[in-house]
Amino acid sequence: MPTIQSIAGQLEPHPDVALVAKVRQGDVSAYDTLVRKYERQLFRIAQHITQNREDAEDVMQDAFLKAYEKLDQFQGNSKFYTWLVRIAVNESLMRLRKRRTGKMVSIDEDIETDEGSVPRDLADWAPDPEQNYSQSELAEILRKTIQGLPQGFRVVFELRDVQGLSTEDTAEALGLSIPAVKSRLLRARLQLRERLSRYFHKKKGRKEARPGEARHGETRNEK
Amino acid sequence: MTCKEFLGLLDDLIDDSVTPEARAELQAHLGTCPHCEVVFNTTRKTIEIYRCHEIYDLPSALRDRLHAAIMSRCKKGC
Repeated sequence: MPTIQSIAGQLEPHPDVALVAKVRQGDVSAYDTLVRKYERQLFRIAQHITQNREDAEDVMQDAFLKAYEKLDQFQGNSKFYTWLVRIAVNESLMRLRKRRTGKMVSIDEDIETDEGSVPRDLADWAPDPEQNYSQSELAEILRKTIQGLPQGFRVVFELRDVQGLSTEDTAEALGLSIPAVKSRLLRARLQLRERLSRYFHKKKGRKEARPGEARHGETRNEK
Repeated sequence: MTCKEFLGLLDDLIDDSVTPEARAELQAHLGTCPHCEVVFNTTRKTIEIYRCHEIYDLPSALRDRLHAAIMSRCKKGC
């Protein structure tokens, strides 16, 4: 989508451009700013792919170190963050590969090719269904729900819907085509919606059940 | 408009990237199809919930430790 600046024909340089230039001139504190700006996002991406906290910590560190070492190779025709995400995705996949003793791992893994059917659902959610759960219960539900998706869907959803990257930047960061990003995003959104419905349609019964019992019953419904 | 056609434009509707003509058609379909209305509302809600709740939080202490480790190696030239 065009920005106000691009419509006017005077695209303002992204603030990262100046920081990257400073780092190239040897200003390490400028890199400190970039790391602080993006470390949480990279950690989340690594968690989505590796599904392992220790691996995500290692991936985050390795990705920032690799980016620092290879900063001369950054062309500047993509955004710095997009380039950084690509490094983190590759590091995450390498980590998975190591864990699976050398088996090839790609972002296309576990992707189903069928287009799915049109959802038929007449039971709407309450206006704020998440309020029926404590913060920790909700976090557990959200984690469990998204973990059931193929990794290629999880990462597209995280980049597009949670971090707010454009379709184009997401495609570039993941090395995917734009139609592939769009198709995965729709599938991810619909699958998450369906999985969350299993919890949020249950709100009446949920109040009567003890938290442990509710979670147990819900687990049975997860893929 | 069929439900399948609606679904094909659901993402564009959610992302607010449809033409006014397409939006009018989509709204008209929503007015007559309770299934698609529920799917539309709950899909939007799904995105909102994920956006508002950090599921893989990086606690401050861990964040500081990792940050310090990264910067220490950068200062040494990695």
